[in-house]
Amino acid sequence: MSGQDAFTPPIGQPWKKPPFVKNAGLRWLLILGFAAYLVAAFMTIEVNWSRVYEGLERGKQFILAFTSPDFTSRSSDIWDGMVESIVMTIASSVVGIAISIPIALGAARNVAPLPIYLICRGIIAISRALQEIIVAILLVAIFGFGPLAGFLTLSFATIGFLSKLLAEDIESMDRVQAEAIKASGARWMQWINYGVQPQVMPRLIGLSIYRLDINFRESAILGLVGAGGIGATLNTAFDRYEYDTAAAILITIIVIVMALEYLSGIIRARVQ
Amino acid sequence: MLRLEKLVKTYKTGDQALKAVDLEIPEGQVLALIGPSGAGKSTLIRCINRLVEPTSGNVYLDGTELTGLSAGALRRERRRMGMIFQEYALVERLTVMENVLSGRLGYVGFWRSFLRRYPQQDVDEAFRLLDRVGLAHMADKRADELSGGQRQRVGICRALIQNPALLLVDEPTASLDPKTSRQIMRLICELCRERGLAAIINIHDVALAQMFVQRVIGLRLGAMVYDGPPEGLTPDKLTEIYGEEDWEATIEKVEEEDDVEAAE
Amino acid sequence: MPVRESGSLKLWQRRTQRESLSHWALWLIGIAIFAYCWQQISEATTWFFVWDAPRITQDIWSRATPPKWEYITQLGKPIWDTLNIATLGTIIALIMAVPIAFLAARNTTPSLLLIRPIALLIIVSTRSINSLIWALLLIAIIGPGVFAGVIAIAIRSIGFCAKLLYEAIEEIDTTQVEAITATGASRWQIMAYGIVPQIMPAFAGIAVFRWDINIRESTVLGLVGAGGIGLQLSSSLNVLAWPQVSLILLVILAAVVISEWVSAKVRAAII
Repeated sequence: MSGQDAFTPPIGQPWKKPPFVKNAGLRWLLILGFAAYLVAAFMTIEVNWSRVYEGLERGKQFILAFTSPDFTSRSSDIWDGMVESIVMTIASSVVGIAISIPIALGAARNVAPLPIYLICRGIIAISRALQEIIVAILLVAIFGFGPLAGFLTLSFATIGFLSKLLAEDIESMDRVQAEAIKASGARWMQWINYGVQPQVMPRLIGLSIYRLDINFRESAILGLVGAGGIGATLNTAFDRYEYDTAAAILITIIVIVMALEYLSGIIRARVQ
Repeated sequence: MLRLEKLVKTYKTGDQALKAVDLEIPEGQVLALIGPSGAGKSTLIRCINRLVEPTSGNVYLDGTELTGLSAGALRRERRRMGMIFQEYALVERLTVMENVLSGRLGYVGFWRSFLRRYPQQDVDEAFRLLDRVGLAHMADKRADELSGGQRQRVGICRALIQNPALLLVDEPTASLDPKTSRQIMRLICELCRERGLAAIINIHDVALAQMFVQRVIGLRLGAMVYDGPPEGLTPDKLTEIYGEEDWEATIEKVEEEDDVEAAE
Repeated sequence: MPVRESGSLKLWQRRTQRESLSHWALWLIGIAIFAYCWQQISEATTWFFVWDAPRITQDIWSRATPPKWEYITQLGKPIWDTLNIATLGTIIALIMAVPIAFLAARNTTPSLLLIRPIALLIIVSTRSINSLIWALLLIAIIGPGVFAGVIAIAIRSIGFCAKLLYEAIEEIDTTQVEAITATGASRWQIMAYGIVPQIMPAFAGIAVFRWDINIRESTVLGLVGAGGIGLQLSSSLNVLAWPQVSLILLVILAAVVISEWVSAKVRAAII
């Protein structure tokens, strides 16, 4: 430990924790810049406080509505909307997953050749950059109102989500296992089936269920732009200030999401 | 200064980790606690500062009974018992200095500790201790940048800055190489002598224990089966503690190593 | 591995007969459900419009190009609002999420039976409802505007952030906490020294990750009247001003790409 002994401890001098950002100028710039931004942001938000104050009463009513949700008076609307949401969720998840698998294979650099890789990555990038609701608006404009637009929107969104994560999983798989299958003289399809598929299957199942969950939650808002599902019913309920019906719909959504989460926990535990 | 009376710990699973242990440690005595894994060594140490709640029995520290204390009073008594851990247990994302100063948490208020405004004498003492273990130049490094031996030195400083009367040491050398293990053990024993501290050192390495301490306690299945000087650990005694094994080699090796040590 | 003997031959099959039967049954049920779903969608669709879709697409495309570039001068304020909705919403959400996460984590909650379920209920209910629905609700309560957007984003993000954070809290190294406890530290000191430093990286990662998502979500909040660039999108759509729509979509796309880039950079700097 020679050499270190030369260091004399600064007895009697104050000690301070070394700052996170070493450069003092940069540190103050960041702090002041952030503070200035916050001030500017707060200044530009126009809050109509009297309107907010008026709203508190309605807010209270809404919270109270959760204690006595009204499932009955619009039960047929709620039922139809929910069924449509679920139908869209299931159909789009199935189609989306089916399309995602080849695209994920194409977007994995260790499986696909470069031109296919670039095309597939491009598809993923487009799908991820466009939000569901914007896609839904465009598709409603093209295909007309109804669940078809919602179904296509969710399928499209599923592709971006699932392909990206699945491709990452394929890229990080164990090379040796895949090579062993290749060494046995397997064709490409056989190689995928025996060398790749067993390795990524648990992840695919986990992701699929997770996406099913997301698709259901998204399907609840597509109705706002006319793409089918429970959203339209919800929107009407808000417009008419029927908080008890809105509360009933929200509670239904929450319960279904919780059930899906519980289910996915069980299934994921089983496949892993 | 420390007295355990009929200390019992039964875990919820029904495992009896301690069976009525009686033990008295005089001022300034360094004692090694040996025994196979699962003998209750860790539990015994943790029952003293109540990181594990004992099921029954009493612990007296300088006449204060610890097992019945309220939360606040327990915190005050914990300040007098420094603890050193097996895997160092430093807060890895804090600096070395913060880790050492965290030993003063029982003495300073929340806001002072939160803003890192420790009294000057605490800071000075921290630097003195770090200098004593040869790490003063590392004060502003993050704890996870240090090697195992260095981390354990920081752990020792954290325990000592509490200004304790007693050190509870849980397998201080378990994750260190043989040479560093000896250095750490020597450091702990030296510091105890310098400051007149009593210490309980859990250790699985019998040879290392024999090298450094005046008194050895053998624990087997939660009961004391040996209490005496290290020289009294005959093969028969070791068999009683650990089970059947050829102990001659272990004991001879110790003496051999001692010679090497002396020659250095 | 089921091996069946038939005569002198040993036949290996991947599954036993029972297994393969139930396997087929599951597939059959799955296909039946999908067929039913598809039939439902198909019934609710006006197929005439669908067959007409290529022509309509072409029509919209020709109207929407080129984008009306000069309209960008009117988008400055909406973009600023969008940024504010996302950033302020994220900050408020984080402030609320921290205590909820501590109440929900198994190892820090004051009461497993009473408080933890309440915290989990808050997390799941704020998480399962989309920010657009929160916005819709808040507009009904406090009126349209940026403020409603900020609160909607904040509420939606609480559950998301709190969930990831409490999972991080549950995964901390307990020996570090034990060591701080052994010094005689108080409850709050244990939290500040033993727990907080360990979850700091996770916290920073979650903050940036959620901010990125919130930028995306706040671009469309205006569709229901909660401020930001979505308001312009919605009004342009209402008057079928397609060149403006295409410009706004390009701006939104750019915002999303930039925010993703920023968050990736910041995350790389932290970890």
